[in-house]
Amino acid sequence: MSSFLLGTSSQGRTDKAAPGRNWGPLLTVAASIVVLAVAWQLTATLWPSRAFPPPLDVLRVMIRETASGEIPYHLAITLCRVAAAFLLAIVIGSAIGIFLGSHPRADRFLDPWVILSLNVPALVVIVLAYIWFGLNEVAAIGAVAFNKIPNVIVTMREGTRALDLRYADMAKVYRFGAFARLRHVLLPQLQPYLAAASRSGISLIWKIVLVVELLGRSNGVGFQINLYFQLFDVAAILAYTLAFVCVMLLIEILLVQPLEHASTRWRRRAT
Amino acid sequence: MNTLQPVGADARLEIEIRRKSFEASRGGSIDVLHDLDFAVEQNEFACLIGPSGCGKTTTLRLLLGLDRDFEGRIKLPGAGEPRIGMVFQEPVLLPWRTVEENVRLALPKALHGRSLDHLFDALGLGKMRAFYPGELSLGLARRAALARALAIEPDLLVLDEPFVSLDEATAQQLRHLLLQVWSERPTTVLMVTHNLQEAIMLADRIIVLSPRPSHVVGSFLIRVPRQSRNAQVRSDILRSFHERFPTQL
Ligand SMILES: Nc1ncnc2c1ncn2[C@@H]1O[C@H](COP(=O)(O)OP(=O)(O)OP(=O)(O)O)[C@@H](O)[C@H]1O
Ligand SMILES: [Mg+2]
Repeated sequence: MSSFLLGTSSQGRTDKAAPGRNWGPLLTVAASIVVLAVAWQLTATLWPSRAFPPPLDVLRVMIRETASGEIPYHLAITLCRVAAAFLLAIVIGSAIGIFLGSHPRADRFLDPWVILSLNVPALVVIVLAYIWFGLNEVAAIGAVAFNKIPNVIVTMREGTRALDLRYADMAKVYRFGAFARLRHVLLPQLQPYLAAASRSGISLIWKIVLVVELLGRSNGVGFQINLYFQLFDVAAILAYTLAFVCVMLLIEILLVQPLEHASTRWRRRAT
Repeated sequence: MNTLQPVGADARLEIEIRRKSFEASRGGSIDVLHDLDFAVEQNEFACLIGPSGCGKTTTLRLLLGLDRDFEGRIKLPGAGEPRIGMVFQEPVLLPWRTVEENVRLALPKALHGRSLDHLFDALGLGKMRAFYPGELSLGLARRAALARALAIEPDLLVLDEPFVSLDEATAQQLRHLLLQVWSERPTTVLMVTHNLQEAIMLADRIIVLSPRPSHVVGSFLIRVPRQSRNAQVRSDILRSFHERFPTQL
């Protein structure tokens, strides 16, 4: 027990060093982006083509569409779908994963189902969802969530198998309520697995959401990209893509990373 | 001083285990406990002693309700749902909660928000309340586990080798702390130990178990009050214990 604790705490100490102090890596990133933009500009100038607009054109479209409210509107719709599908997948996937992880017999029976659903292509799920449930929001979000659920199940099942039963015994002896058990015993142990499932979940979901929108919705970034594909407006397609990627990166930096960091505070030694 | 007061039978801990066995990994089953009967009186400090692997921890798990797969009967002291303070063989503190949070989480509703100052000070944990378990030495973690068990004002205190793998000085210090806090608020105690010296220092009664399948070989009453058990008295007690249980330890 104590060696286990010491192990985790010393491991925590090697975490990230003083954040915000070191500007070197940030400058490197900025330089890298500038070089990419310059290369893009050069290529577009040397071989001018409607299919490959220079970065400034893309930026102009982005500003115009943002000012007109088009980009914010479609971006917001897509983000809502991402959030809904993400929450659905995490909650349902965790519930099933924790259940299977703690019931070996049910797990043996249902494992083939999990493996099967892991390997169903996303496109098949989306098409079938639209055929069976109609071209509506529920089918769209459900299809995206369904694509992610098997991954969450597998990760959370692994986490549940790794639970330390001594904590459950302690909680039982001291009569922890169901909520206290979840909050103080179960979730802290599952937190690394939940973080892993969330991280891979977000990046998978926001890619699938675009396909769902393209195939059966009349708004959102995916719909717009399909629209401009038919108009052969590459500048607009890139403008939407860039805006979307920026927002997802912001979410990653401002939301996902601080959350991961905050919940591992106890690992570090104060002295 | 707290021993053998005439009390109602419902205040006793009574254990009557007919049979407890485990499935062996290669099929078949191993009998661990067989006709294990004993009782602990109200506010009595009883020590359970027996060879390694004889089923002491198993007995405690049965009486804590952590394992219900056995034949027999267990009656806990106190009415309704008795509070049991447990110190496991390892401290089992939640690493992601501070020492104080670990203790507070265990408190029953009736004691929510009670002051823990006195208890923490008595156990020398006053400065450690905001520490995480990973920042504590084993001795301090054991104290925190003890604080958690005592904070709930238990009807029954159960200790599973609480001082094992500590250096002797630290263990001795912890034994004194336990006695001190316990004598302020006596309660029924069942403590498992390997250490006969420890049992002789702390217990009102020593219950001796046989090797597996385990039953009670006999019980050894120590009538000398604890404060009079100096080195000389303890070695006398040890000698008479060995006369009664020549094969033990
Ligand atoms: N879950 C289990 N499955 C199978 N066998 C078990 C299980 N738990 C305990 N045993 C067996 O039961 C016997 C008693 O174990 P127990 O832990 O109660 O002994 P103990 O008296 O506490 O030993 P120690 O002094 O080493 O702590 C041991 O032989 C052990 O191998
Ligand atoms: Mg044991």
